[in-house]
Amino acid sequence: MRPLSAMACSLCRGSSNDAHGKAAGVSELAHASLTELGAMLERREISAVELATYYLARIDRHRDLNAFLDVRAEPTLAQARAADARRAAGEKGALLGVPVAHKDIFVTRGWHTTAASRILEGYSSPFDATVVQALSQAGMVCLGKLNCDEFAMGSSNENSAYGVVHNPWDRDAVPGGSSGGSAAAVAARLAPIATATDTGGSIREPASFSGVTGAKPTYGRPSRWGMIAFASSLDTAGLLAVSAQDCALAFNAMLGFDPKDSTSVDRPQEDYTRHLDIDLRGLRIGVPREFFAAGLEPEVEAAVRAALREYAALGTQIVDVSLPNSALGIPVYYVVASAEASSNLSRFDGVRYGYRAKHYEDLLDMMRKSRAQGFGAEVKRRVLVGTYVLSHGYYDAYYLQASRVRRVIADEFQRAFQRCDFLAGPVTNGVAFGFGEKSADPVAMYLSDLYTVPTSLAGIPAMSVPCGFGRLGRPIGLHLMANHFDEARLLGVAHRYQCITDWHTRVPRGY
Amino acid sequence: MSLKLADVHRIADLARIEITDAQAQEAAKQLNDILAMIEQIGRVDTVGIVPMSHPLDGAQRLRPDAVSETPDREQNMANAPAQRDGLFLVPRVVE
Repeated sequence: MRPLSAMACSLCRGSSNDAHGKAAGVSELAHASLTELGAMLERREISAVELATYYLARIDRHRDLNAFLDVRAEPTLAQARAADARRAAGEKGALLGVPVAHKDIFVTRGWHTTAASRILEGYSSPFDATVVQALSQAGMVCLGKLNCDEFAMGSSNENSAYGVVHNPWDRDAVPGGSSGGSAAAVAARLAPIATATDTGGSIREPASFSGVTGAKPTYGRPSRWGMIAFASSLDTAGLLAVSAQDCALAFNAMLGFDPKDSTSVDRPQEDYTRHLDIDLRGLRIGVPREFFAAGLEPEVEAAVRAALREYAALGTQIVDVSLPNSALGIPVYYVVASAEASSNLSRFDGVRYGYRAKHYEDLLDMMRKSRAQGFGAEVKRRVLVGTYVLSHGYYDAYYLQASRVRRVIADEFQRAFQRCDFLAGPVTNGVAFGFGEKSADPVAMYLSDLYTVPTSLAGIPAMSVPCGFGRLGRPIGLHLMANHFDEARLLGVAHRYQCITDWHTRVPRGY
Repeated sequence: MSLKLADVHRIADLARIEITDAQAQEAAKQLNDILAMIEQIGRVDTVGIVPMSHPLDGAQRLRPDAVSETPDREQNMANAPAQRDGLFLVPRVVE
């Protein structure tokens, strides 16, 4: 196989081997970036069918990770043939023929969609989610559907009805959640890029735990059409990939106004790669002091502080900021998200689609039993919490008060952004934990999202960028946040860091 | 405020989820832990603060009340657990 050439980034001069150090293993096709794969397809060094076949074989070889829930060669190869035909007809495109895998929260034609729940086992969607359709229109080839926490509720992927996903860096560790399959698949290079969703941290936490780059855009930028609803005022589609640059390329196809989503933001199309070479001199990165609270693992703090020093060396000014009520993000989130979930999940009643109990007495009994047998423990817990906080007599104290505190938290971000351009800190207070370590205590599990939930409540874009390794050799992520609609510059800030570090190009042993 | 077993049964009934006594016992403990954590929000003075229901304070967009697509009934019903002649079948509700 010919050596891969590097992408045209003026800052990552020369071959990617020079710029990214450890990427010497780039002679392995799977370690190529999205950008490199697109360039190879463009030069006809490989076809989309060859590429898809190659990734399908890798997915099969690493089935033990349990990252995928549905893989079917036939529709994948049909999409790859179509991409090759488009190239043969003269069409060009950075994503044309490049593989992608989708979190099982996005409905897809050709593959089952279950949201990792028993209640949707075997469900075949009659349509594609807008995000799926947009990437498909750009010529991306779907490799299959990725495991996740049931209905995206969880922080470890242990809530999937179809089994846990192993972290490719350490099989005894969780990959994070809810987008655990997406994170593990990209970490193991079973897909060069994967879609994911973030409601309270479900992109950034698994990105951090699995040592990959995760990007959540501004709420309302990606369409929610065809994304199985969990908490509609928070649910945001995004990506898990190898680099910020790869995220920027795919966002160009994936984000945009969708009249089918009533909360989609109607703004002009953007080129998300336009700020990749952003000049960091004079920019201010705010560091919220509340993000370094007690319980933060020393290795995580050290890696994040080291990353901040890299930014300072690039000319960025580091400023101290405060988000005094950010710790209340977790209780606010568990009111708002649970309330919205209890409403959204009322559609699963065993009547129109999904699981129906085998034995029941009457209509009501059928619904009660179908939901009791079809939903997993965590989903039921949140539906119960949500039902309670919305019930008569409690609505004001819980839901309305939570919605008010949500604004307090969001306003604090706006005040912080008056003093800085971006925010940075840890994604989580520790590296990936082991299976079963937190699953017995829901509140302990919820606190995994302490640093990610506030940004979700505010609806601002945020990323996790690999920045080192901590306890037991498990990956650490740097949390980068920007104000609404500033994702192009945010991606640039992440990219500049990735031009001078090689954490994101490292691949776990055996992959 | 602490949820009792009867409260959990009432909530589960509202949520249309069948729950056994043993499950309700377990759920009561967990829900009380979660609610204890949630109670913290009561400490914030929110007098005069408008509740935030959308992160960008966006208003619900309406579309013209016009036919935009023709549904494929057969395809849309293909996932139904029980159906006949284009109708969803459920246990008899009217005698």
